[in-house]
Amino acid sequence: MREIISGNEAIARGAYEAGVKVASAYPGTPSTEILENIVHYKEIDASWASNEKVALEVGIGASFAGARALVAMKHVGVNVAADPLFTLSYTGVKGGLVLVTADDPEMHSSQNEQDNRNYAKFAKVPMLEPADSHECKEFTRIALELSEQYDTPVFLRTTTRISHSKSIVTFAEPVRDLPVPALVKNAAKQVMLPMNARVRHPLVEERMKKLSSAANSMAINRMELRDRTVGIITSGVCYQYVREIFPQLSTLKLGMVHPLPMDMIRQFAAAVDRLFVVEELDPFFEEQIKAQGIEVSGKDFLPICGELTPERIIKAFATKGIVTNSGSFLEEAQIPKETLPGRPPNMCPGCPHRGVFYVLNQLKAYVTGDIGCYTLGFLPPLSSMETCVCMGASIGNASGVVKVVSEEERKTVVAVIGDSTFCHTGINGLMDMVYNKVPATVVILDNRITAMTGRQDNPASGHTLSDEPTHRMELADLCRAIGVRHVRVVNPFDLEETRKALKEEMARPEPSVIITDKPCILVKRVGVFLRGPLYSVDPEKCTGCRACLKIGCPAIQWLPNEGVRGVSRIDPTLCTGCDVCRQLCTFSAIGRAK
Amino acid sequence: MSERVTNILLVGVGGQGILLASEILSETFMLAGYDVKKSEIHGMSQRGGSVVSHVRYGKEVFSPLVPEGEGDILFGFELMETYRYLPLLKKGGAVVVNDLEISPPSVLMGQETYPQGLSEKIRERFPDFLLVDGQGIAKEAGNPRAANTVLLGAVSRRLDISEKYWMQALEKMVPLKALEVNRKAFQLGREFQG
Repeated sequence: MREIISGNEAIARGAYEAGVKVASAYPGTPSTEILENIVHYKEIDASWASNEKVALEVGIGASFAGARALVAMKHVGVNVAADPLFTLSYTGVKGGLVLVTADDPEMHSSQNEQDNRNYAKFAKVPMLEPADSHECKEFTRIALELSEQYDTPVFLRTTTRISHSKSIVTFAEPVRDLPVPALVKNAAKQVMLPMNARVRHPLVEERMKKLSSAANSMAINRMELRDRTVGIITSGVCYQYVREIFPQLSTLKLGMVHPLPMDMIRQFAAAVDRLFVVEELDPFFEEQIKAQGIEVSGKDFLPICGELTPERIIKAFATKGIVTNSGSFLEEAQIPKETLPGRPPNMCPGCPHRGVFYVLNQLKAYVTGDIGCYTLGFLPPLSSMETCVCMGASIGNASGVVKVVSEEERKTVVAVIGDSTFCHTGINGLMDMVYNKVPATVVILDNRITAMTGRQDNPASGHTLSDEPTHRMELADLCRAIGVRHVRVVNPFDLEETRKALKEEMARPEPSVIITDKPCILVKRVGVFLRGPLYSVDPEKCTGCRACLKIGCPAIQWLPNEGVRGVSRIDPTLCTGCDVCRQLCTFSAIGRAK
Repeated sequence: MSERVTNILLVGVGGQGILLASEILSETFMLAGYDVKKSEIHGMSQRGGSVVSHVRYGKEVFSPLVPEGEGDILFGFELMETYRYLPLLKKGGAVVVNDLEISPPSVLMGQETYPQGLSEKIRERFPDFLLVDGQGIAKEAGNPRAANTVLLGAVSRRLDISEKYWMQALEKMVPLKALEVNRKAFQLGREFQG
């Protein structure tokens, strides 16, 4: 059977065909759809973990018990999972374990563009990198086989363009006759006390040597000799770009990006006149190849920052005198010259975060932010976020700020964090804040879902990945148990209530938590949220004061040429009846639509 | 079967259904026996941001991205986004665009104005231009929400793919209860000549 599917869907299919029994992940673009697709295979226990570290630990447990396991995360998720990862490298596995890292060159949806190939080298773990969806499926299986054969976890690295591009995949039947998982005690291999770890480390070094040597004859590393004047070493989506724009040139396609097949690389270098590396982000191959004394060129003419694209590669190679007949660029006259209004992402109409940021802006708060849809509170007209570093950072950041500023400034510091992010790594920050008696205010924007990545459930949403009802962690109870004495729950669509709560808690000289309790407007689960009656603007009463525009609601439009000095209009197809704009109108011009 | 790769770019605003339209295109090309690749960015851009989806088909397709200046068809769901992405087209490329303006935040707030006369400006640069009243024609077919299928129909006329594959793809991708309206919307779009 042939299907056109994304890299992420193909990884899910690969896990199924390879007999994976347990899959765990924390959602993160561009990796999220892997688990969303794996959950459709009933043979696999698939779940959202509270964070990536836990996801990997779940995978390790399943592996130790003898099952094949897949763990998936975005590139920065590996930072969170790094602690178990580095020691897992020493323990090795029983059932195969594949760790998918979905990198995001160009930062389409991320806070940095770290190159996670470096983790493979750092943790001494082999890494495969597929170049299309079919390879995503095949490499998932190969990764699990290598994992068992070499007693090591194996990385499968994708990038956004591999995870989110679709291409044709041929399906196969799932493997049979895998060993049945069962407890076998093997403490010396799995209890990493110094005495045991010292035994394991030399085995890790030996394993990587064996893999280096085996890499030279692996079919996933492929030398394609064509025109030998130029040879290009590349991997992943860059291989596709290179084949697209230089179909005549020789390539060495690396399917395993760590450890490198140095003999094969030497042979390729000897077979071509000029040698180049085309790789996104860091000079990962280039530095290792140069360290072998092989003459090669890469980052001296290709960018380190951002993703590579066909046109970026064409332009870079032109500086080396290597040109392509690809690209019939337009004539100057055809290219639009004027600057067009931009179209940044925006909070949805009816988003429960909007009113909170409006109030924070009015109160001139210094907001330490976090990762989620609400990071858009940074953008005008809400413009009320001063920091956003990583998952869960808002609370620790607020503590640090409060420790050094004056008492007056201290009263303006507010940490803002979503429910899922709070469960991920925010809880630790709050413990620290209470433990160390830091007087700051934390707002938990509880919209009952992990919204930014496309609405995934979490420990505070009451449902699992397979949509089964489960215990819904009570955030207010948790905060009280941590020791926060002042925990209040507010309706974020009620601006006065929100303002009053924020003013009081910001003034309070001890840690406090405010929880907003309205769900994401896009959560479709029946009974959770119903749209209120829609609103409209009475053009007779509208004075054109523009107060309602200060919340940046996509449903409200300014009509400059109507009324005395312009009027606002509410788009009935976009309005959700959240009521926030009505509360801003001092002329009672906004009301329920008739 | 044509040896060369055909490049289609779908552009518009997050939430307009561009991903589904690009899925239907890709499915059709696969059914017709071609190699197909498509690429787009999910995530933040879904929140009302600008969206571009690349769809490519031919005997063998390498890059999932259409190289700049090689687009055969720019398939626009919104006027300003279509104008914005014109540089992706090749000389003599075709533009099929929905007659729809969606104001970005700065325009909604009255800080900037939506550019005027865009369809004329596009036509001047690319004479192979078709402006389609997607919503209006979809209403005629029975449901204004089938506008994207009208646009697909209009694009289909420019591609050398047998109608049966389009129908098979629609059957696979569109829910059964909406299938009849979508078939009709597709036909009306396919017949539409401006």
